[in-house]
Amino acid sequence: MKASTFTLAVVTALASQSLSAAELELKLTNLTQGLHFTPILITAHNSDEHLFEVAMPATTALQTMAEGGNLTPLIAQADAAGSDVVANPAEGLLAPSTSTMTTLMSTDANEYLSIAAMLLPTNDGFVGLDSWKIPTEAGTYSVYLNAYDAGTEANDELVVEGSGAPGTPGIPAAPGGNAGNGGSGLSSSQSNTMVHIHPGNLGDDDLAAGASDLSNTVHRWLNPVAKLTITVK
Amino acid sequence: MLAFNRHLIMIALAGTLAACSDSNDNDESTPLPEPISYTFTVEVSNLTAGQPFSPIAVIAHTEGSLWKIGEPATTALERMAEGGDNSVLLQFGSAIANISSEAPVAPGAQTTLTLTTDSLESLKLSLSTMMVNTNDGFTGLNAMDVSSLAVNETLTHFTLAYDAGTESNSESSGTIPGPADGGEGFNEARDDVNVVAMHPGVVSQHDGLTRSVLNSEHKFDNPLAKVVITRTQ
Repeated sequence: MKASTFTLAVVTALASQSLSAAELELKLTNLTQGLHFTPILITAHNSDEHLFEVAMPATTALQTMAEGGNLTPLIAQADAAGSDVVANPAEGLLAPSTSTMTTLMSTDANEYLSIAAMLLPTNDGFVGLDSWKIPTEAGTYSVYLNAYDAGTEANDELVVEGSGAPGTPGIPAAPGGNAGNGGSGLSSSQSNTMVHIHPGNLGDDDLAAGASDLSNTVHRWLNPVAKLTITVK
Repeated sequence: MLAFNRHLIMIALAGTLAACSDSNDNDESTPLPEPISYTFTVEVSNLTAGQPFSPIAVIAHTEGSLWKIGEPATTALERMAEGGDNSVLLQFGSAIANISSEAPVAPGAQTTLTLTTDSLESLKLSLSTMMVNTNDGFTGLNAMDVSSLAVNETLTHFTLAYDAGTESNSESSGTIPGPADGGEGFNEARDDVNVVAMHPGVVSQHDGLTRSVLNSEHKFDNPLAKVVITRTQ
């Protein structure tokens, strides 16, 4: 069994450069108690492609996803690069502490797995996985995902309807229905304009006033915010 | 992030060892007498600044799990997570052996528990303990497979903070059983989301929750504990 698996791998390597074609079963769990994920994008891609990169500026496509949950530009970018794409497996929001499952067939040189989805309620926070190398050995693997800040919008923590468009300040929605209004605004500028680990929501304990519209006992989190279980067939 | 990756490495290593006939841990050239019992030590270090751990429960079992993200806590788990009482949790349905530390484990302290079973097949270890200066926060390990662990081999895990979801994180006077408050422990009423999730962290009176009895020392971040499991026999 072991020997034949090894031999098969070698033969495949000799036959072509692509070891990576794989059938993946994926389960993504939102581990948080109070955050929703907007529609999720999962891609298998080559080593040159990224949905995001830490310590680099967000692309406009990433910004569009991170500020408003709109996947369209990221999908177009992935399609153009020949990535294998699964978009919106949860068919809408992935609620706190719930899971979604999907399958992904990766092809050719698409040896890397990436994931992105906006976190609500945040200004430009997203859960992400950048270029996880898909194992060639069949088995079940798990990865924990952190919350990132796109670095494109100040974290004012004000819930403003219609603020999901890139460049429009504000959190577009708080799907849990447990945010307030009337905040004065937490932060009006952002000094780190690169993609970075999100500093977290701050919130406050006055939903009708204070600086933030978020609740400090409901909308905070600690990393990791998601668990991805990958079964390589 | 390192801590979370280590979990992955463990999974990867387990696969590697299984396929590796010359591993020191699987040296078949010096057969030992078949042991009639299997002993594990579990060394737990409290990594937090100011969260004593309630007496630590370690349970050996072959199936099931003490909790699942997104599912309601069992009453046994609730009793442990709200009040630090692990007596019912230790009687976990499929437990084949269990042990509890005699006393709480202070921040910065370390304790070692020893557990013996008479079977190795499908053997899993689970661990849980309450962060006692919280409403219903706990940490632990869920069904770690130790069936392929060789004598003197170790598994190291860093644990995450979970929220039982059974008691609102009010941090109010009278609701927290630990020394920060001396308030109520277990209460069968459930006034929170009623599913287990990862813990969002405590806020404290120093970080914007006016009514909180907690202060900055009680804040925590992942990981909560370092756990080293060694098979000694």
